Amino acid sequence: MDETQLRLDGNAAAGMLREVFVHEMSAARGACASCGAIAQMGSQHLYMYPLSPGAVLRCQYCDNILKVFVHAGEHYRLGLQGLTWLEIRDGAEAGTNV
Amino acid sequence: MARAAVQRRLTWRLGRVTRRIDETARAKSLVLNVPDWPGHRAGQHVDVRLTAPDGYQAERSYSIASAPEDGDQVALTVERIEDGEVSPYLDDELAEGDQLELRGPIGGYFVWSTDMGGPLLLVAGGSGICPLMAMLRHRAARQSHVPTRLLYSSRSLDDVIYRKELDSLAGRADGLEVFHTLTRSQPAGWSGYSRRIDRDMLAEVAFAPAQDPLCMVCGPTPLVEAVATTLVELGHAPERVKTERFGPTGG
Amino acid sequence: MTFISRAFRGRPRDQGQAGRLPPGQYLVRDFPVLSAGPTPRTPLIDWTFSITGEVDKLKNWTWDEFRKLPTQTITRDIHCVTKWSKQDTVWEGVSVDTLLEGVDTSAEYVMAFSDGGYTTNLPLEDVTGGKAWVAFNFDGAPLEAEHGGPARLLVPHLYFWKSAKWVRGLQLMAKDEPGFWETYGYHMYGDPWREQRYSGD
Repeated sequence: MDETQLRLDGNAAAGMLREVFVHEMSAARGACASCGAIAQMGSQHLYMYPLSPGAVLRCQYCDNILKVFVHAGEHYRLGLQGLTWLEIRDGAEAGTNV
Repeated sequence: MARAAVQRRLTWRLGRVTRRIDETARAKSLVLNVPDWPGHRAGQHVDVRLTAPDGYQAERSYSIASAPEDGDQVALTVERIEDGEVSPYLDDELAEGDQLELRGPIGGYFVWSTDMGGPLLLVAGGSGICPLMAMLRHRAARQSHVPTRLLYSSRSLDDVIYRKELDSLAGRADGLEVFHTLTRSQPAGWSGYSRRIDRDMLAEVAFAPAQDPLCMVCGPTPLVEAVATTLVELGHAPERVKTERFGPTGG
Repeated sequence: MTFISRAFRGRPRDQGQAGRLPPGQYLVRDFPVLSAGPTPRTPLIDWTFSITGEVDKLKNWTWDEFRKLPTQTITRDIHCVTKWSKQDTVWEGVSVDTLLEGVDTSAEYVMAFSDGGYTTNLPLEDVTGGKAWVAFNFDGAPLEAEHGGPARLLVPHLYFWKSAKWVRGLQLMAKDEPGFWETYGYHMYGDPWREQRYSGD
């Protein structure tokens, strides 16, 4: 089983993140604190449930962990330590009329 | 652009199956009526959740295949995975009139609307065609002439989802070209590609980087990553190559 | 009230023999692969296992040295926090008691650390006394990389996230510190029989 069988991308985590954020996070841009690469979450590598106890988003260039998102019972816990910054466009639609 | 209404947490809601359409031997479309559907953008998906009587739950994501112009009729196309947990249920059990719990629309990265312009390169592997079909249906509904090319990889002609509709859209001569590659078997007299998508094929089909196309690639993870890497190698800027991975099997 | 999907059963899962399955778990026949990142692939020639931290002297084994240690074959049920359990899994490994033989420490906790940066914390008491192994064979064959090979920690009495894949050592600690999943809200101890999945459980 190679890597590609275990990985999705940030698009798959977007629904779960809408439980916490009002903005659509797949379009959010982040800067990797390790290598500096800037990319939208939809393009970043995602390892997540049911393939792990929580969602782990990694930089597609250097594999550094950017975000960890765990829905632990009654709490959501979010780790953002791998990002220098996260940018969400004001008015980024999360489902909009045509 | 008008500012979107105040956003709220996305909640689970129920859609009702109004129609089931056999697309191929393994793929079926489910047309759902979703009351108060806020509308969607082509490329977005929904999360579907199934709950068994003992509380056990399974969740999967499915791209919305219908155009935003279809109002509150939302179509999902499900490809059956033999030892899958959810797709056989959606294929065998879910009947017209049944309700399906879903959450959406979701997505803001892998989306396209005609106002984003082009040229537009769409590359699909297997069921990766679904979100791209929403884009093509939206394009047609808007009578857009944005130069668009679709490269669609399937195992055989019988596995091509939306085959007749794609032929029809390509026949409109409105700037859409459709290229098929059949990787396992080809019918007699086949003149299309007959191998997995590779660098030569992409070099032939893709718009030149100088035209600054937007490339949308969707399907099984290995295909998506190989195609995206190759497009960047061919000179396309990484920000212009958008990807949606469907996992190992493609959905 | 949760919506129940008409006629949905889900993957075959049963409750097994009464009392053998911890609360909230179901049995599986396959062996799901769970991962937080790419599979590490350390060549055996580079592999070492270390005992570090609050010890009088550090201990270290190469793969060849490790494989010369006495081993045990054990059969245990395993329980993943994502709710699947597998019964009668057969492993071969070196007991952590063997690895800690002669180690002088006042530490009461360990942090298991792995290739790829994964960590998980346990009380020292829960990896000694015949409760934990560094396992290199599963079901009679070398442990596959996606399941943690060449060697993983095996602590079957706790949720399986404590059985660190690709383990490279144990760091002895005076105080309990959260490892990777524990930092993100999972329980510091993780007893499946008390359903300690998340912190606060």
